[in-house]
Amino acid sequence: MTNTIAVHMSGVVKRFPGVVANDGVEFELRRGEVHALLGENGAGKSTLSNILTGLYRPDEGTIELNGAPVSFSSPRDALNAGIGMVHQHFRLVETFSVAENVVLGNPDTAFLLDTAAINERVKELAARYDMAVDPEARVWQLSVGEQQRVEILKVLYRGAQVLILDEPTAVLTPIEADALFRTLRAMTAEGRTVIFISHKLDEVMAVSDRITVLRGGRTVGTVDTSSTNKRDLASMMVGRNVEFTRVQRKTPAQANDVVLHVENLGGHDDRGRDALHGVTLTVGRGEIVGIAGVAGNGQRELAEVIAGMRHATTGSVSVEGKVLQSGKARAAIAGGVAHVPEDRLHTGLAAGHSVEDNLALKSYRSSLLSRFGLLRRQAMRDGATALVERYDVKTPSTQTAVRLLSGGNVQKVLLAREFSTGPKVLIAASPTRGLDVGAIESVRERLVEAADGGLGVLLISEDLDEIMSLADRIAVMYEGRIVAVIPADKADRETIGLLMGGSQLEATS
Amino acid sequence: MNNSLLIVILASAIFYGTPLLFAALGGVFTERSGVLNLGVEGMMLIGGVSGAWASQHVGGSAWFTVFASILIAMFAGGLTALLHAFLCVTLKANQTVAGLSITIFAGALGLSSYFANVWKVAAHPVTRPIRKLDVFGLADTPVLGPLLFNHTILTYVSWVLVAVSSFYLFRTKTGLQLRAVGESPQTADAMGISVVKYRYFHTILGGMLAGIGGAFYSLAIVSTWVDGLTKGAGWIAIALVIFGFWRPDLTLVGAYLFGALQSLGTTLKARSFHISGDLLDALPFIMTIVVLVLVSSRFAHKRLGAPAALGVPYEREER
Repeated sequence: MTNTIAVHMSGVVKRFPGVVANDGVEFELRRGEVHALLGENGAGKSTLSNILTGLYRPDEGTIELNGAPVSFSSPRDALNAGIGMVHQHFRLVETFSVAENVVLGNPDTAFLLDTAAINERVKELAARYDMAVDPEARVWQLSVGEQQRVEILKVLYRGAQVLILDEPTAVLTPIEADALFRTLRAMTAEGRTVIFISHKLDEVMAVSDRITVLRGGRTVGTVDTSSTNKRDLASMMVGRNVEFTRVQRKTPAQANDVVLHVENLGGHDDRGRDALHGVTLTVGRGEIVGIAGVAGNGQRELAEVIAGMRHATTGSVSVEGKVLQSGKARAAIAGGVAHVPEDRLHTGLAAGHSVEDNLALKSYRSSLLSRFGLLRRQAMRDGATALVERYDVKTPSTQTAVRLLSGGNVQKVLLAREFSTGPKVLIAASPTRGLDVGAIESVRERLVEAADGGLGVLLISEDLDEIMSLADRIAVMYEGRIVAVIPADKADRETIGLLMGGSQLEATS
Repeated sequence: MNNSLLIVILASAIFYGTPLLFAALGGVFTERSGVLNLGVEGMMLIGGVSGAWASQHVGGSAWFTVFASILIAMFAGGLTALLHAFLCVTLKANQTVAGLSITIFAGALGLSSYFANVWKVAAHPVTRPIRKLDVFGLADTPVLGPLLFNHTILTYVSWVLVAVSSFYLFRTKTGLQLRAVGESPQTADAMGISVVKYRYFHTILGGMLAGIGGAFYSLAIVSTWVDGLTKGAGWIAIALVIFGFWRPDLTLVGAYLFGALQSLGTTLKARSFHISGDLLDALPFIMTIVVLVLVSSRFAHKRLGAPAALGVPYEREER
């Protein structure tokens, strides 16, 4: 039975504007197995599962379900064919009960709701798969782990034979994760099939029967879990033998002359859960410290706490020995912290405003640009014109709205503004993401140039190549902790890949 | 007929509360689907003028005329709501702006008055109004007579409608799906429920009920057409939806409370109490403002159970 092929996807290509998310993916799923899809962010895991569940239509390639070709045009089609997805972001109606959520949209539900019978059926189903959840509880009262069980119940209730779980443990406590793994086993024991999307090596090794690794939208390979190890998986995941050259620096970094000192920092994410656990880190004068890690492991929170946009729950941030007031962006700016946020058009700039207004956003309080609370327009314009020239921003005029500029030029405006305040430290979060090759080069040059000038740079990036070519030291973040700090000349991709996947250093020895 | 003042006030509260109840029930359906409808006043006026016109032009028995007038008022209100649904659901316009423009477009100085002018509706009084019934001949029973057995057919229909609406919303699959669309359209869409269909259907249903409410003014309360006949009842209805926590049964209570406030002026004047008429006429609106201020804080909204996606156009997440 286990050798029957449940799903076979072949030559799957999916293009989005500017990016090929799936570039000829091969994927084969045997009935009754837990099959892990492993890969970094942007490797094409989510795109592939969205194709399988009918959310996207592939540009090329074929999908076979139980040997017969299928083509889904909506998630409903896929669900009717027995393929259900448990999303990372739950699709639940918070004010409804668990049972109501489970039966919602099910074509088999009778017109008149028999609440007692529905509750009973949901309860039975939950018990069968070893899931503890009260059918009458309102969803908003439930923990995240319980809400995930409701999502799984929804898909099971619809009779799905193939379940896709997208990073299911990202939101779970270790105990909840163990319970989930038991549930998955109970499902495969009944002949159901599970696709388990993850980038965590440990849990992939623990839960799966086979593993398919994706990288850059292509299938690297499919292996039996029993005949592989974390080290091999890590190198499949991040790739090896990639040529890269370290950038030549004019002025060497002075790691001992600390400009940014982060001590035992803790912080919450947007949902109020702990996202940072005692992060300690230093950046020296003229040093570029790279933060490597899979997105969502606390990098954004770290950047925001340092930039004063988020409160620290524990610990402190100090610049040149002076402790910054936590949660005060203005204190951070005054202390010499410059910040290039991930979301440049929303957090970094006022997209609808002109280039010159945006360039003045951090310095309008100075007497140069305002007097008695009134802006000095001419001075702003002159300052903006000078910056536009110096940073080579391609814009029709300084009065053009920022959102009309290309991505590279938007980033140049942002960098120009941040550098213009004379900072001591720059926090750059994914500064080259989404830019074209030329713009990437120019942004990287600016960062190196600034570091040569003595600026301490904290470079947060998911692009390992970028970090390895620019950084002097590399800190790896995993689940809100710095798990290792490695000098860049001693770092290799495999080790960093393992650390990013949550393996401890002993696995690398 | 020597009823106490209290009974008279209660009976007229039901009478004046009936159009509010229809319009507010419509609002419950529309808002439960996640569409905010500030065009109720306009829809009521369109219903009112169409009903009055139909009553003057449809022949046959008196009952048939009344029936046809109500039907035409419903149709006209529904048609106006179709425009609102198109703006809000298909074009994903700002729902507040769309609703306001419908009230301005169709309202007292707009389309309803234009129709009244062109059709010469105001020239004659409505000759076949909706009359109060004498149910089982019990209308003259003390106390219970005026309260239960001496109302128009629409009042009785509204009572049935409240029960049916409650059942529909909370005991049927369609009601469950409607509430899901208003609470979390993303979830509903993922579960294969058509957000667009549910929003269109219930917005139009809301407009039809508002149309009946408007016709109640031109066919029962005033029995003739004057421009801006409903005098802001649509706004009271919108407040009532919130006041009733988006539930039909509580909406009924609210509608009669506001009906009492509305009728107070007329009733007290008839009994030669001397209180400023203007002040009494303003009472329902003062109450509306108070209710809306009380419940409009974010905190209250959450606690009161407003549909979470109310007023938010739904767009599928696309990469």
